[in-house]
Amino acid sequence: MDLANFLIQLLNSVQYGLLLFMLAAGLTLIFGIMGVVNLAHGSFYMLGAYLGYALCAAWGSLTLAIAGGAALSVLFGLLLERLLFRHFYHRDHLDQVLLTFGLIYIFEEMRSILWGDDVHGVPVPAALEWSIPLTENLSYPAYRLFMSGVCLLLAAGLYLLISKTRLGMKIRAGAFNRDMTESLGINIQRIHAIVFAMGVGLAAVAGIVAAPVSSVYPNMGSQVLIMCFVVVVIGGIGSIRGALIAALLVGLVDTFGKVLLPQVASMLVYVLMALVLLWKPQGLFKQ
Amino acid sequence: MSTARAHLEVLPRSIQLVLWLGLLALLAFPWIGSDFHAQMVSRMMILAIFAMSLDLLQGVTGLVSLGHAAYFGLAGYLLAFMTPPGEPVSLWWTLPVAVLGAGLAAAVIGFFVVRTQGIYFIMVTMAFAQMVFYLFFDNKVLGGSDGIYINFKPDAVLFDLENKQVFYYFTLACLVGVYLFLRRLLWSPLGRTLNGIRINEHRMRAMGYSTFGYKLTAFTVAGALAGLAGYLWGAQTGYVNPELMGFHMSAHAIMMVILGGMGNFAGAMVGAFCFEYLLHLFKDLPTVGGFQMGKHWQLWMGSFIVLVVIWAPRGVLGLIQRFGGDSDA
Amino acid sequence: MTQPNRRQLLTRSAAVIGAASTGLLLPEIVRAQSNKVRVGFMLPYTGTFAPLGVAIENAFRMALDEQGGKLGGREIEWFKVDDESEPSKGVENASRLVQRDKVDILVGTVHSGVQMGIQKVARDSGVLSLIPNAGVHAATRALCAPNVFRTSFSNSQPTRALGKVMVDKGHKKAVWITWKYAAGDEAFEGFKESYTAAGGTIVKELGLPFPNVEFQALLTEIAALKPDAVACFFAGGGAAKFIKDYAAAGLKGKIPLYGSGFLTEGVLDAAGPAADGIYTTLHYSDSLDTARNKAFRLAYAKTFKLQPDVYAVQGYDTGLLMIQGANAVKGDLSNKKALYAAMESAVIDSPRGKWSMSKQHNPVQDIYLRVVENKENKVVGVAAKALADSGAGCRMA
Repeated sequence: MDLANFLIQLLNSVQYGLLLFMLAAGLTLIFGIMGVVNLAHGSFYMLGAYLGYALCAAWGSLTLAIAGGAALSVLFGLLLERLLFRHFYHRDHLDQVLLTFGLIYIFEEMRSILWGDDVHGVPVPAALEWSIPLTENLSYPAYRLFMSGVCLLLAAGLYLLISKTRLGMKIRAGAFNRDMTESLGINIQRIHAIVFAMGVGLAAVAGIVAAPVSSVYPNMGSQVLIMCFVVVVIGGIGSIRGALIAALLVGLVDTFGKVLLPQVASMLVYVLMALVLLWKPQGLFKQ
Repeated sequence: MSTARAHLEVLPRSIQLVLWLGLLALLAFPWIGSDFHAQMVSRMMILAIFAMSLDLLQGVTGLVSLGHAAYFGLAGYLLAFMTPPGEPVSLWWTLPVAVLGAGLAAAVIGFFVVRTQGIYFIMVTMAFAQMVFYLFFDNKVLGGSDGIYINFKPDAVLFDLENKQVFYYFTLACLVGVYLFLRRLLWSPLGRTLNGIRINEHRMRAMGYSTFGYKLTAFTVAGALAGLAGYLWGAQTGYVNPELMGFHMSAHAIMMVILGGMGNFAGAMVGAFCFEYLLHLFKDLPTVGGFQMGKHWQLWMGSFIVLVVIWAPRGVLGLIQRFGGDSDA
Repeated sequence: MTQPNRRQLLTRSAAVIGAASTGLLLPEIVRAQSNKVRVGFMLPYTGTFAPLGVAIENAFRMALDEQGGKLGGREIEWFKVDDESEPSKGVENASRLVQRDKVDILVGTVHSGVQMGIQKVARDSGVLSLIPNAGVHAATRALCAPNVFRTSFSNSQPTRALGKVMVDKGHKKAVWITWKYAAGDEAFEGFKESYTAAGGTIVKELGLPFPNVEFQALLTEIAALKPDAVACFFAGGGAAKFIKDYAAAGLKGKIPLYGSGFLTEGVLDAAGPAADGIYTTLHYSDSLDTARNKAFRLAYAKTFKLQPDVYAVQGYDTGLLMIQGANAVKGDLSNKKALYAAMESAVIDSPRGKWSMSKQHNPVQDIYLRVVENKENKVVGVAAKALADSGAGCRMA
């Protein structure tokens, strides 16, 4: 593998890793701050993707679809939190696993009833349909760069939110000690709702943004869910920074594995996770 | 784990009655149902064994494993590798080999996994199971994504397993055997220790118990019993495929155990039967007003699961107990 | 409220278990005896192959409707199961149709891995099994059976015609890429055989799990290898994506893309201009200039408001084959000897051209060379005439 090829594969890894980060960030927030095991997170990704496909087909613009999809999914998240998840914060992890697994089924069918069972392509917006020539043979699609850009932007935004705003402070406090925070007069109920809605929104937007690159297809949620959990666990539950580092690591291992060791490529990520946990049983950056 | 969930370890009369009735129904079923249905109930019984093996780990010891199906699938694959394409292989040595093989895998993986706690335990068990899954999925030499076919059921010499009714009763015998074995285990010193670990591991350690060893033992025995179920599954369906070791299969097992009621093995059986039965029921729903209810079976299944979690947290057995005429244990 | 006593519990539990058992057996009891022929479709109605499943069913029904909607004079009762292209549920789904619904004819399926499940059930039960697409070799080789007929192709047939074409165009070093499952592996078999025999070298063999469509890393690898050409097998939604990604990575025009024709069947609308210039080999092409093909295309487009593709043709031919068989036995499908004999000796007047059954029940047919021009597969020649599958290991004939 020569240098040029290596660098391009590196670029591929980073792009994949950043997408994973968007999903994992939401999951680690929900898990770290509210202690809820949410197996339905992949379904939010899928619902977002199909919603984005439908909005894009209806309005003709991917940007509008992203905006509309983000708004709708945040609303959906708020509704879901209020009706269902709110009552499960103090319940057993097992109950949460069961609940969210039931939700996976329901969301799959919702998707089937609303948007059908076919695989769909989402067109890349005309403005981004060009490619940057990298070598004599290979060009890099501009849209993938745009995708990575969006993910980085969101990552920066999340970082600023959590560490530099009052809301972020309250979120961190609530994660640290819920009861103490509540007794200080902070409406922890509202914080949880916001965090949950943010998580759902992040996953849905990840789905819409990734749709032109990965297509929308039934069951796209379950494949990405497992990867997501791996990233969250490697990074440390509740740590956004950990999720970013872990996502990039997973992107590297997955991409280079596919090319260098195809026989064991899919296994490698799990080997990575097992190794990390044996070295640091609580993940890389556990608070 | 949870103290809010009261585990019915001593089965009240109401539940014992239900179990006896169930056994009678199972004994009689092949005479009233067709071959197809006998096969379906055989599959339910095999899944009941699988669920009970997980109950030992989850309900009794309090270890939630999202990768239990790995041992189930492994035993099925072992049978597939041991069966030559043209003729059957003997039951009497392949069954122990498969069970021991699954148990060995569980012991090895357990050695790495049992040292973690809580959510990390759940995740690491899933990770190892996924590793096994991809090992088989990506390598054609192990069958690849298309799986391996087992063309002949194992040869039992004394009785003919190719006969669907004989196979049914053999499976029923295994089911009853595993149940009795596990009930015995529950009340043995080992079982009492495992229970204690679930309720409060620190206290057990303070009392001098080496909890690592006990947890590893539970993990291994559970894996071996899952292997028994996997072997029977491979023999019955004649086909193994990486999905048998996958995340979905493990999640199904967890659901069956919770659905039925944890910690007493009767719940695992009831959960398995209910789950599978509902699956078939929902898939066969007719089309009403242009809406294919059967096609969208996941909607009904998902709603059912959600309702159970909200209203029947102690599972079906909890419900039976509540309406069964006994005072709350 | 009084607590229910033991006897009430006993009766209630017995009632529940009784109801449950009846619920299991009910579909069988309710099914009245009738003289209708039971046809069961086991096809993908969800996922990347869903459009293929729909096309096959549409065309099969059209073939039957053209002849009055009956088989050998008997009315038809239809059954359907969605196999979701999931090999793990193959045996279970096929058993449903055969043992529970008791179909007389099983039409299915698309995915080669799922087909193995059907093959198992077909061999065990003896049900008449018609394969409208899945090209898995074993079905007409080692696991062939008198009651199994295929109207489509074997996985290596299209690619066996591809190798020489590529070498003749001067592309002596190629990279092969596909999904890693039975269909992909067997397509490679055909390609390898014909390409190396014609003097070509296969630089590397790339694969990704089915139905994964993340091609980016592998496309980068292809660019780094700098082969003369790329040959591939993809189908359905995945094929459209591959064509688009190939172009977006700048490889279109620099490294010519070839494939078995499934790459460009039914996907040209979705793929757009990215597909122009791709050469493929297949036993059918939409632009075949024959009266039969034109008539078929017109009828299909009128009935279903969709353009037909090779999958529709295969479904149509399955219907034609079944009609010939049913007519020969005047609807008495239990007369297996005569039924199978009629189907074995059938010559199908298909939109793809006339073809006949090999001894192993696989089509013997011409393979056309096509190139994509403006959302159409234009025929530029015949890549192989009357190509038959080797049928190695089949113990019939």
